[in-house]
Order: sequence, then C-alpha cells, then structure tokens
Amino acid sequence: MAAEKTVEKMALAKALNESLRKALETDPKTLIMGEDVGKLGGVFRVTDGLQKDFGEGRVIDTPLAESGIVGTAIGLALRGYRPIVEIQFDGFVFPAYDQIVTQLAKMHARSLGKVKMPIVIRIPYGGGIGAVEHHSESPEALFAHVAGLKCVSPSNPSDAYWMMQQAIQSDDPVIFFEPKRRYWDKGEVDTDAIPLPLHQARTVREGSDITLVAYGPMVKVCVEAAAAAAEEGKSVEVVDIRSMSPIDFDAIQASVEKTGRLVVVHEAPVFYGSGAEIAARITERCFYHLEAPVLRVGGFHAPYPPARLEEEYLPGLDRVLDAVDRALAY
Amino acid sequence: MTVESTAPRKPRRTSGSSGTKRATAKKTAAKTAETSAQPELVQLLTPEGQRVEHPDYSIDLTPDELRGLYRDMVLTRRFDAEATSLQRQGELGLWASLLGQEAAQIGSGRATREDDYVFPTYREHGVAWCRGVDPANLLGMFRGVNHGGWDPNSNNFHLYTIVIGSQTLHATGYAMGVAKDGADSAVIAYFGDGASSQGDVAEAFTFSAVYNAPVVFFCQNNQWAISEPTERQTRVPLYQRAQGFGFPGVRVDGNDVLACLAVTKDALERARRGEGPTLVEAFTYRMGAHTTSDDPTKYRADEEREAWEAKDPILRLRTYLEAEGAADEAFFTDLDAESEALGKRVREAVRSMPDPDLMAIFENVYADGSALVDEERAQFAAYQASFAEEAK
Ligand SMILES: Cc1ncc(C[n+]2csc(CCOP(=O)(O)OP(=O)(O)O)c2C)c(N)n1
Ligand SMILES: [Mg+2]
Repeated sequence: MAAEKTVEKMALAKALNESLRKALETDPKTLIMGEDVGKLGGVFRVTDGLQKDFGEGRVIDTPLAESGIVGTAIGLALRGYRPIVEIQFDGFVFPAYDQIVTQLAKMHARSLGKVKMPIVIRIPYGGGIGAVEHHSESPEALFAHVAGLKCVSPSNPSDAYWMMQQAIQSDDPVIFFEPKRRYWDKGEVDTDAIPLPLHQARTVREGSDITLVAYGPMVKVCVEAAAAAAEEGKSVEVVDIRSMSPIDFDAIQASVEKTGRLVVVHEAPVFYGSGAEIAARITERCFYHLEAPVLRVGGFHAPYPPARLEEEYLPGLDRVLDAVDRALAY
Repeated sequence: MTVESTAPRKPRRTSGSSGTKRATAKKTAAKTAETSAQPELVQLLTPEGQRVEHPDYSIDLTPDELRGLYRDMVLTRRFDAEATSLQRQGELGLWASLLGQEAAQIGSGRATREDDYVFPTYREHGVAWCRGVDPANLLGMFRGVNHGGWDPNSNNFHLYTIVIGSQTLHATGYAMGVAKDGADSAVIAYFGDGASSQGDVAEAFTFSAVYNAPVVFFCQNNQWAISEPTERQTRVPLYQRAQGFGFPGVRVDGNDVLACLAVTKDALERARRGEGPTLVEAFTYRMGAHTTSDDPTKYRADEEREAWEAKDPILRLRTYLEAEGAADEAFFTDLDAESEALGKRVREAVRSMPDPDLMAIFENVYADGSALVDEERAQFAAYQASFAEEAK
C-alpha cells in the first residue's frame, strides 16, 4: 500500500506553513489573522504564500492592535469561524492578554458550554536569535496558569505539522508556542502518519539513571546533554512533554519511577515556571521513587538580557549537565 | 471607503465640516445646552411630548406600535425596580439599574432584526427584553448562580460583558464574519461613556472601519462612569470620535424612544447595505446609582438628577399617546396589571432559583474535557464525601 511518498524533509517553519495550508484547504471556516501575515507571509515567513493562494478574505493582514486581533477573532469564532491568530513576537502578546484571559479562556464555561472558542494563537517564543528587547521571552506559564486555555509547543518539524493540525481541530483555545530559534531546523514530516494525541508526551531518548523533561526549544539541548552524559557513562532519559497545559504527568511519572531522578528544563524563568508545577506533582506522585529532589534549570528572575548575553543566559548543555550531576550526587 | 460616499447627510454628522465647527464653538457651552433641541441632537419627541420633525430622520408608527414601545419601557422599568428591591431584600448580590435609559435601550433594541446580533454590557436589560431573553434569566449572574444564564445563540444576544469595552471587539469580529458570509444582518455593540476611553473600543473602531464591518456602536452616554463625569473621558462630544476613524457619528436624544428607534434603524440599515459602521451616541442619564453598591450622593448633585427627571422617557411618550388619543385608559390600567404580574413572576423566579451544584465548578472548563480538571473534581468530590462518611 502507500504508493505516494508522504515523507518529506523540511524546516520547522515550513512544516507549520504546510500545516496551515492544509487547514485552509480542508476547512473553509479557518482564517489566518495577524500583523504582516498576508503579503509578507509573516516576519518568519510561516504564512508565506498563503494569502496568494487563499485570498485576503482567508489570510488577513490586521491593524496593528493585538487586543483587536484576539477580540475580533473571538467575535469571528462566535460566528462559526476558526481563526488562527498570529502574535508577531512573544513580548507583544500582552496588549491581548486581557482578551485572552478574561474573554477567550472563560467563554465556554460562562456560557455553560453553549459557546465554543476554536481559536489558535500562534506565538513565536523564546530566545537565541540575537533579537532586541521583547523578542525573546517565554511567557508560557502566564497562559498555562489560566483555566480554559491549552498551551503547547512543538520541538521538531513533524510535531509542528501535526500539533498545528490538532490545535486547529480543537474546540478549545490553544496557545501555540513556536520555538523561534528552531524555525530553521530540518526534520522529516510524514503527512500521512498517525500522530500522537496533542497533549501526550513523547520519550525522545531512553535512559535509566535520570529523567530530563523539556519542551519546545530546550528538547534539542536536552538530547545533546543526554548524548554528552552517555559518554561519561550516565544513562539519561529525555521526555518531550509537548504540552504545557495540560501536562502528561503519567508519562513523566512512568519515567521517574524508572530513573528515580528528575530535572525539568525550560527557557522561561524558573520562579513560578512550569518546572515548579511538574516538581510539585511528581514529588506527590513519586515520593517513594525519588532518589533526589526534583531540580530545575531555566531562566533567572530578571528581565531577558540583551542579546550579547543570551548565550550565557539561556540554559545550555553545561547548565543541564550540571543539574544532572547534582541530582545524581544525592 | 470615502467619507463622502458613506455620509450623505452631512449637517448632523461628524463627517461634515459643520459638525466640527459647532464642536469648537460649543466648548464653553453648559451641559444643559447640549441636551436641548439642536441640529446635532436628533430628537423626534420633545421632553414635553411634542412630536417634532428632523430633516434626516423620520418615523411613522401606528398607534399599536407606539403603545408597544410604551409597554416595553414600562415593563422594563418595572422589572428593573423589582430587581433593585430583590437586591435590597438580599435575593441578589448586586443590581445595575437601567433607570432613565429605557428609551435608549427599547428604541435601539426594537430597531434590531431577529437575525441581527447584539453585544451588551451589564446594563442592557431593556435590550434583552426586546431580544426575548427571559428577564428572570438576567438575574442569575446578579444572584450569583451563574456567569450568564442564557444561550447567546437562542436570541442572538451575547452574554453580559463586565470588563469594560471588550465586547465592542467581539461585535466587530462577529460583524466581520457576517460580511464574510455575505449575510445582510447587522451587529450592534453597546457600551458606555466610560468605556469610550478603553483601548478596545478604539481598536474596535479601527477594525470595523478598515474592514467596513456591518456594526453599529451604540454608546449610552448616561453622563457618568460610576463617579466620573463624561468630562473625565473626553474633550469632544463622543459621537465626534467617529470622524477620526472614518465613519459617521450621530448624537440622539437618548430619552426619546422614537429618535433612538429611527437613528438606530438607519444605522443598522446602513450596515446592512454594506456601508460600514456607525457610532450612535444616545445622550441620556443614569437616574439611579451606578449599581446597588454605589452611593451617588458622594459625587453628584440632586439638582442634576431633577433636571433630567423632566426629560423622562416614559412620561413624554405617555403625554404624546394621550394627546394623540393613541391609548385609552384601559390600556394604561391593563399595563399596570401586567407590570405587577411581571414583578411577581420575576420575584418568584428568583426566590426559587436553586444554587448550582457544587461540582458545577468543574463543568465546561474545556470543550474537549481535561484530565487535570477531572482529577481535581474527583479529589474534591472525595473530600466532600468524607464528611458524609464521618457524619454516619
Ligand atoms: C476594565 C474594567 N475596568 C473597571 C471596571 C469597573 N467598572 C465597572 S462599571 C464602570 C464604569 C463604566 O462606565 P460606563 O462605560 O459609562 O457605563 P455605565 O456603567 O455608565 O453604564 C467601572 C469603572 C470594569 N468593569 N472593567
Ligand atoms: Mg456611563
């Protein structure tokens, strides 16, 4: 069977583009909205060529007003559309934060289930591209904290393609965090595959001594750290949770019951970050399996630094390995 | 769109130059002068109950229709008074009275068509009435049994929105969708004078203008945003804001139900014809407190309220009905009885409104469900059940 070749190697940004294209092709109710998403194809070209092929009525260049973008997307969803909204950069979502938290997240509950909000909010997030202020932030915890929202982040092109498909099909609002420094990373995408459920974690590397949990841009760092640790004879398991709300705690628990140690890694500041939630829950679930306290590696409780410092600021291989060593030393 | 093509009737609208000049000249004018009949305030029924003509807006209603508007206003006021007493009796946690704004709400509400969509604030009880929402359902959120007790799609009447100004964007997006669908319905967004300062309202004006969305922005300028007078929100008459966004704005006597009906109908028709948004400023007055928690004696004078009492929207229509012989004594007597029956029905409905099930906290958080919510529901249910076991 399967005569047609459906596996193709492509960059993460291209995989998103293909996924958006497929959504526009298959569901006439889908719309793309955002600043510069039309003619330009987005500042990262994620929506490249889509307006040309689907028209200005489907791929909409909006006024420069984020609250307006999300607020009108809510109205369009009330009318039966499925808007896919782009916020140009992580640091510019805050003008829309009110509409997202106050309106979007609560609409289904306050309407007693009568109103659905099938809206995807795409946010290129995280650092590592040498950008100016407000272009490198990781605000996912600020959204994951809010009931009614779902938050996901792919770490590779295949997940980017499929998770976008699933996010668009979701009847709940999904904040889709795109790891912007991984936009150009290439990987195989099988457009005919049967994908993992959107909120299910994936073990990307098996190991027996310690578990690393990450998502989005930090998965690659963790896989590299695991490889480096292997050379020193340490067996590190890496779990890509893919979804920060909800979190697949069962998968993390299964891994920690095996390894007895856990380090959570993210770019976002550690304080009140998703690592805190994971540490608390896993401690509760795996108390008698843990050989060491759950450790966290992430950003500091300080504004994201100027680009010249970001290489040191961002948790890299050494910071991850340092935490691995500390956990193993217990 | 060009201002010329969409605003043919220049004198009363911001798009015309005369409106701008007038505004400049008027800067020092007293507030009362603004409310008296003048070209820029559309009025069809004077406070004394005199029918007057306006060059741009006409209305021709049958006695039956006139009585209908009167009945709507009277019943809305009765319902509103009942809700205020229910709050005083402890049956409601809070009530936001529409007292004084009946004409603005009934006039605009009756201008809408069944397939139009309405986005209210928290005070649009008269509009809800026009849309056929059961008044008792409006009280659920004020009693604290839900956050909105009706299905928005059964009456095309969205849930009340408390965060000031947000709904103007929802209305605009909805209207963008209506235009996409090629439908000829329209959308109306209600908001207040205070809301006019919100960024979301400015963004809604921008979006609706550039996409030519079929939406009417209906601003009830009731002169107050809790304790802050309109002067704290704007240096120009609010309807003139529209000019800067490229669509017409019009100020209507918000206590004149005929003018509110005519002006809103006109704006909705304009939207239906694909001519884009209109801002309607209904110049009215909040006769009561902001809500039952408010004490207006701390910030405004009784004389102001008294001056507005003379412009009461219901009284002036009654005067007109009587002068025209459009309603007989029996009509008013029957209406009194109907009002009392409505009050009684609402009172009973509220008193028998059950508290929601505790576990409803966990309902509808997500359309697709959530393992986390399920887990917390199960834990909380077990915790609750443990008391029942202890009691055994
Ligand atoms: C964003 C926001 N800020 C503050 C409030 C508190 N608040 C409730 S009503 C109100 C005044 C609103 O005035 P206006 O828009 O004129 O409407 P009105 O109450 O007069 O009908 C304020 C400040 C709120 N609900 N939302
Ligand atoms: Mg007001």
